[in-house]
Amino acid sequence: MATTKHTIVALVEDKPGVLNRVASLFRRRGFNIESIAVGHSEVAHLSRMTIIVNGTTATVEQVRKQLDKLIDVVRVSDITGENITVRELALIKVKAGSATRSEIIEIADIFRGNIVDVASDSLTVEITGDEDKIESMLKLLRGFGIKEIARTGRVAMVRGAIGAPAPEEKVARSHTKK
Amino acid sequence: MKKTGAQIIMESLIQEGVEVMFGFPGGYILPFYDTLPQYPQLRHILVRHEQGAAHAADGYARATGKVGVCVATSGPGATNLVTGIANAYMDSVPVVAFTGQATRAFIGKDAFQEIDISGITLPITKHSYVAMDTATLARTVKEAFYIARTGRPGPVLIDLPRDVQLDQAEFSYPDRVNLPGYKIPTKGHPTQLKNAAKLINEAQQPLIIAGRGVVISGAFEELKQLAETAQIPVITTLLGIGCFPENHVLSYGMAGMHGSGYANKALDNTDLLIAIGMRFDDRVTGKISAFAPHAKIVHIDLDPAEIGKNVPVHVPIVGDVKAVLQAMQKMIESTQHIDWIKRLEGWRKQHPMTEIRDHSGLLPQYIIRQLYEATGGEAVVVTGVGQHQMWTAQHYLFHEPHTFISSGGLGTMGFGLPAAMGAKVGRPDKTVWCVDGDGSIQMTIQELATLVQDKIAVKIAVINNGYLGMVRQWQELFYERRYIATPISCPDFVRIAEAYCIAGRRVTQREEVRPAIEQAMAHDGPFLIDFKVEPEENVFPMVPPGAAVGEFIEFPKKEVSTWPRRSTP
Ligand SMILES: Cc1ncc(C[n+]2csc(CCOP(=O)(O)OP(=O)(O)O)c2C)c(N)n1
Repeated sequence: MATTKHTIVALVEDKPGVLNRVASLFRRRGFNIESIAVGHSEVAHLSRMTIIVNGTTATVEQVRKQLDKLIDVVRVSDITGENITVRELALIKVKAGSATRSEIIEIADIFRGNIVDVASDSLTVEITGDEDKIESMLKLLRGFGIKEIARTGRVAMVRGAIGAPAPEEKVARSHTKK
Repeated sequence: MKKTGAQIIMESLIQEGVEVMFGFPGGYILPFYDTLPQYPQLRHILVRHEQGAAHAADGYARATGKVGVCVATSGPGATNLVTGIANAYMDSVPVVAFTGQATRAFIGKDAFQEIDISGITLPITKHSYVAMDTATLARTVKEAFYIARTGRPGPVLIDLPRDVQLDQAEFSYPDRVNLPGYKIPTKGHPTQLKNAAKLINEAQQPLIIAGRGVVISGAFEELKQLAETAQIPVITTLLGIGCFPENHVLSYGMAGMHGSGYANKALDNTDLLIAIGMRFDDRVTGKISAFAPHAKIVHIDLDPAEIGKNVPVHVPIVGDVKAVLQAMQKMIESTQHIDWIKRLEGWRKQHPMTEIRDHSGLLPQYIIRQLYEATGGEAVVVTGVGQHQMWTAQHYLFHEPHTFISSGGLGTMGFGLPAAMGAKVGRPDKTVWCVDGDGSIQMTIQELATLVQDKIAVKIAVINNGYLGMVRQWQELFYERRYIATPISCPDFVRIAEAYCIAGRRVTQREEVRPAIEQAMAHDGPFLIDFKVEPEENVFPMVPPGAAVGEFIEFPKKEVSTWPRRSTP
């Protein structure tokens, strides 16, 4: 079966050890986390995790169900098929001399990135966007020599008025045989 | 009035209806122990090794359906619990484990006997707490018991820093829990119930396979009603044994690796498999691609993550087994499956399980049969892990739930004696037999002392074959009889018992079996029988690893030795 990237959103209680529980579950069940981003949500005491996993639909459905069983996980949904907004932030420190500095700034401009730090031999570019956008920009910057990259991993949200579907709605869409 | 953390725990335990706990003290759990005498209604049973405490709590929980409680100190006390906690986790047994912990300021500093037990047990607990605040202790205990007992049960650990046990706080026991992330499915989806009922009403060769979920949910009457109304034969998993009376005409015993030939034949031929409260473990499915090849599958389970995990199903029903079966009752038509039952009866004759061959030596199967007859199938029987466990499952007919207690998921040697101890403490009205292997019992034999100190009248039958029999069987069948590290010596068990002040006797002849069993049961107090059995007896039928359940092999051994070598246990 084909593996694809899935975007899983989990609302979790803001308690010590929660990240550990989630990570432990992924390791224990042999699921691979591609990226995980954690921060506060709109609800006090609840954090929001955006987890990117690679797997078949069946595996990812197992991930979702197993996550849902953790007591500290309030809600989980696989929003891959939904109409979603996806963003990632990257900080890229590029080698820059007097000859190349303006060219790099131009590239940053095209991608609507910001120059957030300037040193005698480098520039740091901040860029936000989906993965493709960040990859395209990186491709262009590689030629100048990259000194350091820091990426947040994806965060995602379903577009429009409707939030992530409640877990019960998903349960009903279970498997059929053969 | 303010109470200490330790007092708050005791008060909370009483609120939860706890009567007994199994434990072993040490420095960081001392405040807990020091408080015990203030609460004489809480009985503490001192075990000889913390693994024994966890297994005893597990056995107690399985025998009573209540939550079992065990206690250990920090560090080595806590790590000694690990096997027992894992065992309870694999078999969905409600246990709450308390561990002592270093004073809060020492946590994370590698202080003496300071170990991250909540981290160590993370993948083998349903949930865990490090209690960092005396003021929230009552709520923590409340939640722990609630989580352990409800939904799919499991072990919950509470780690108790020493100073949290000593600090004071107001005590008031919450009457509700607030766990927004904890969902317990209940009734099952109405459409799926209808779909299932339709399949059941239309099936020509339906089969029920029932697991421990039926025991947990207490759905015995509902299961019986479904089976009888639609005349559906019932087979069980190892842990499902007892959830349907094995002396019922519709009972076809246990399926799987050492299941009856007729149960496995039924799996191979059924056109509708109704799987209730079971999880398609590889020991019951055999080769998964060849499992129930002609069947549509209805799967009823409380845990949504079990649906479709190992086997794809046609009709998934997520809900409490009892509630689901009740909701389905009105939709099930009363029918007969005369031809199908006839075929099953044919297989029963062709592959009999109950017959024990004529043999001059002492056969373990014969002992189990005698045990069944002597107890009238009324005893609670707890086993170790190995051949004796399978013979017990095969040759003792269990009439009631909670009477067959065995380590299924983890397959923990050493479970038998301490679990039997816990079972007897929970069910003093019942005769409790521990059927153990000479290997298994040596792993936790120290609990004989606990039986004596706390006057726990467990009857012990050691099926002594001089081997780690189950592994030897695999070596015989799949490793050309290279018996490496499986011949095992043992002490004179009767003299060991005597040294612990336990009565005992050795049995080497067939004729002595029944009188010895009767003597053990008439004896006031624990009793040990050392049965010297045929050393190289094998458990049959057997589905070789990697084979389909229909491809089971049977006695005699000749047929068997030609089977190709396969993987290790
Ligand atoms: C703690 C543990 N270690 C090893 C095993 C692997 N194992 C499974 S059955 C078995 C042999 C058990 O021997 P015994 O208790 O004498 O019972 P028998 O099979 O002879 O009836 C072993 C070693 C296990 N299940 N548990």
